[in-house]
Amino acid sequence: MDNMNLTLKIWRQKNAQDKGKMTDYNVTGISEHMSFLEMMDVLNEQLINSGDEPVAFDHDCREGICGSCSMFINGEAHGPVKGTTTCQLHMRSFSDGDTIYIEPFRAKAFPVIKDLIVDRSAFDRIQHAGGYISINTSGNTQDANATPIPKENADLAMDAAMCIGCGACVATCKNSSAMLFVGAKVSQYALLPQGQVESKMRAQNMVAQMDAEGFGNCTNTGACMVECPKGIDLSNIARLNRELLSGSLT
Amino acid sequence: MASKVQGLTSIGRKVIMALTGFFLMFFLLQHLSINMMSVVSAELFNEVSHFMGTNPIVQGLLQPILIFSVVFHFVWGMYLEYQNNQAREIKYAMYKGSANASWMSRNMIISGLAVLAFLALHFYDFWIPEMNVKYIQGDMSGMLSGTEEYRYYEELVHKFKGQPIRVVLYIISFVMLSLHLLHGFQSSFQSVGYNSTKYTPIIKIAGNIFAIAIPAGFVLVALVHFLSH
Ligand code: HEM
Ligand code: SF4
Ligand code: FES
Repeated sequence: MDNMNLTLKIWRQKNAQDKGKMTDYNVTGISEHMSFLEMMDVLNEQLINSGDEPVAFDHDCREGICGSCSMFINGEAHGPVKGTTTCQLHMRSFSDGDTIYIEPFRAKAFPVIKDLIVDRSAFDRIQHAGGYISINTSGNTQDANATPIPKENADLAMDAAMCIGCGACVATCKNSSAMLFVGAKVSQYALLPQGQVESKMRAQNMVAQMDAEGFGNCTNTGACMVECPKGIDLSNIARLNRELLSGSLT
Repeated sequence: MASKVQGLTSIGRKVIMALTGFFLMFFLLQHLSINMMSVVSAELFNEVSHFMGTNPIVQGLLQPILIFSVVFHFVWGMYLEYQNNQAREIKYAMYKGSANASWMSRNMIISGLAVLAFLALHFYDFWIPEMNVKYIQGDMSGMLSGTEEYRYYEELVHKFKGQPIRVVLYIISFVMLSLHLLHGFQSSFQSVGYNSTKYTPIIKIAGNIFAIAIPAGFVLVALVHFLSH
């Protein structure tokens, strides 16, 4: 279908101080082949042409790798299709005449900057607290293959490293918990020999920062894993719990 | 790397939540085993009840752990719920919780509060009278006053015989407990850091069996005494 008409209910908020509210828009001439972000571009052109303020939203790569596009669409992070980001969502997932709710990712730790753009720098601060390895970069780097790593661990570490830091896990979780993100970031190092140097403190420090940022507590509902565009598994949270326990009990 | 940790982390508290949950589940199993005896033989039930009610290890060690577990678990459960509410100040206009998580996992506070209400009734029914007889009146004999028979079986039957309202409340409470455990059993393994591709599916099945069979057992005992006296 090439000419869908949609009713959009979009969160509009001028800046961090503004109270904000849901506002209704009509958008016409939407092709089912457009991505959701392209549909937003069409809406913004309409708004600009009529002298209104376009809707601010985050985007960068538009191919599902940067994690910047956000949006809570019809009650789900990144919309109704599993395993995709908003830029990978197509309008064929909707029908002519639909009403679509579009809201920012909501969490106290992700304050709204403007409209649909939220500040996810809490994730950066969690990374700074422990999501790194200490390594000699003086030039005499050893060959990567000189350190044997079991295939299974290499695969699991790679799976964990798939996390793009989008924040869908937080947005989805009824508790606004960041445990899937932190679990992935801790796991990608915990499974590799290079990550062992800081392993005793890594989970503790990242979790302390996570708590300080005001994310909620995990209650193992598993919603994060279902909505994660990169399929990060819940077992990463169990590993985080283990890493924290073994780090703090020894 | 220097330590940033001050006090218990969110995960540390969650682990205690799971450990108290484990203890409460173990307690349920033990409690049901004894209740089941009342269906088989009044004498056996009396003997075991008297043993549990007067044994110093049970009374002096397990009972305090149990009280701590119940109190910690529900106080902390309510506090967690409060904190988690605070973590999202502005709610979504549209939120599809059912698209990605079970009702049980999203409503532990509701099933938990229902169980708490039941526990209050249960304390009033059994535990407070028991403490009164044993430790306030100082009667450790376990005898029905003026007889040579143990009182436990009589007291149990008395609570259900001709008491349809209590039996209905009892059944509703155990349905709530079942919903609580359908999520809680497997969740507590995840909380203490256990998740394996090999055994987690088995834990989930065992959890479902436990969550249905244990409450069903309690209901069965109540129904038997309600219907057969
Ligand atoms: C015999 C009684 C009870 C048993 C066997 C039990 C068992 C459990 C278990 C095994 C968990 C999972 C823990 C975890 O995920 O780590 C849990 C969680 C929870 N329980 Fe209970 N519980 C009982 C009573 C209560 C009561 C009275 C409340 C009162 C409010 C309550 C509130 C909660 C809450 C809110 C959670 C979710 C918290 C979380 O997952 O972090 N429970 N319970
Ligand atoms: S774990 Fe998944 S949902 Fe959470 S930030 Fe990483 S990629 Fe996004
Ligand atoms: S814009 Fe990069 S993931 Fe969507």
